[in-house]
Amino acid sequence: MKYLEIRNLKKSFGDLEVIKDISLDVEEGQVVAIIGPSGSGKSTLLRCATLLETIDSGELLYLGEYAVKTGADGKAVFAPSRQLKKIQGYFGLVFQNFNLFPHFSVLRNVTDALITVQKKSKKEALEIGRKLLEKMALSDKENAYPYQLSGGQQQRVSIARALALNPKVLFFDEPTSALDPELTGEILKVIRDLAAEQMTMVIVTHEMSFARDVADHIIFMDEGVIVEEGRPEEVIDNPKNERTRAFLSRLA
Amino acid sequence: MQWQVLLLKLAEGMLISVEIFTLTLLFSLPLGLFVAFGRMSKNPFLRNTIKIYISIMRGTPLMLQLMVVYFGPYFIFGITTPKGYRFIAVIIGFVLNYAAYFAEIYRAGIESMPAGQYEAAKVLGYNKTQTFIRIILPQVIKRILPPVTNEVITLIKDTSLAFVISVSEMFTAAKAIASAQRSVLPFVAAGIFYYVFNFIVAFFMEWVENKFNYFK
Repeated sequence: MKYLEIRNLKKSFGDLEVIKDISLDVEEGQVVAIIGPSGSGKSTLLRCATLLETIDSGELLYLGEYAVKTGADGKAVFAPSRQLKKIQGYFGLVFQNFNLFPHFSVLRNVTDALITVQKKSKKEALEIGRKLLEKMALSDKENAYPYQLSGGQQQRVSIARALALNPKVLFFDEPTSALDPELTGEILKVIRDLAAEQMTMVIVTHEMSFARDVADHIIFMDEGVIVEEGRPEEVIDNPKNERTRAFLSRLA
Repeated sequence: MQWQVLLLKLAEGMLISVEIFTLTLLFSLPLGLFVAFGRMSKNPFLRNTIKIYISIMRGTPLMLQLMVVYFGPYFIFGITTPKGYRFIAVIIGFVLNYAAYFAEIYRAGIESMPAGQYEAAKVLGYNKTQTFIRIILPQVIKRILPPVTNEVITLIKDTSLAFVISVSEMFTAAKAIASAQRSVLPFVAAGIFYYVFNFIVAFFMEWVENKFNYFK
């Protein structure tokens, strides 16, 4: 089943066209990595898909349900707010700089939306929260506050917070870019473990070797278009496009 | 006059000062929040109206504002105000003035919040009210406590301005005794009273600030 469908998405900021007609599908259980130079529109694409940015034109569907349609005039039409609220529950997002709630303890960061948004009982929320913190090896930190944690620990809390709501698709926006190099490994391991559990994920990343390991499908973006896409061994090891080659050789 | 009588008179005045202080905070702290929302509104008419209001409140002396509130109804509209209006006018004047200052402090606090906090809340499915009450407000309160403390302390001393429309708060009492006695002692005593009042308030505000120290 197609968990995410993006069709002919376009997005401009003023005169600057950031995303020029992008289409992509993500199947259930698939892990898609989006790579490309900075300013290529990767993060904007992610922000459009997670409804943090409006879309100028194109369509966006989760599990076959419309979040954004194309209207008669060719402009994007967002679904009614009740429908959007439902769709909001289909995905989670892990931010580059975590965006944890500093005034909530670790456990409350993970459980508050369960109680406030999903209206689960406190008991059930705590159960879910503690289980996820255990999975993230943070059980001993449940009463700590975000400022008391390392960057890697904070990012694991934010992954637990996203997973708590049981999303169908989990997005990662450069999840290791704000971390010290020695801390990136623990986050990449967590994402690898999630991939092994068949979690559907879309990951914007600069970590090429990680992208090759974890992704089923690589998308290389540049200047607002998908330049090349395919299996990791095709795109990363044997890129056909000149721009992909130039980008990868700069990283090597 | 014996010093017991002096203290008694000053204490009576002090009571009025405390009343002005308490009532002003009670109304202006929440009112300021609505003013701040108006100031940040997308509606240009509302936003600009609030801007003008804040500009006038901050740009003219509070003493003059008190006079306008007290004498205005009669001299501008010909309305005869009821007997107890003197004190009500003081409260209206103080509340309108302080709400403007508090609104700007709130606005600064709200606008200083990183966009990431709103975005994280949105992705997690919080609606706008839940986001503001649960996520934004507690962090804003922590940020604005020092400037709010500043205003609160200024307010204690500003209560003395009520003398301009003859509300006999502490400073008015001190002045009356001083001229009757030909002595500066009542002023010294009044100064001590203000200082003690401020000391208690500052102590309380510091306690509140410490309550918010559990996060950064």
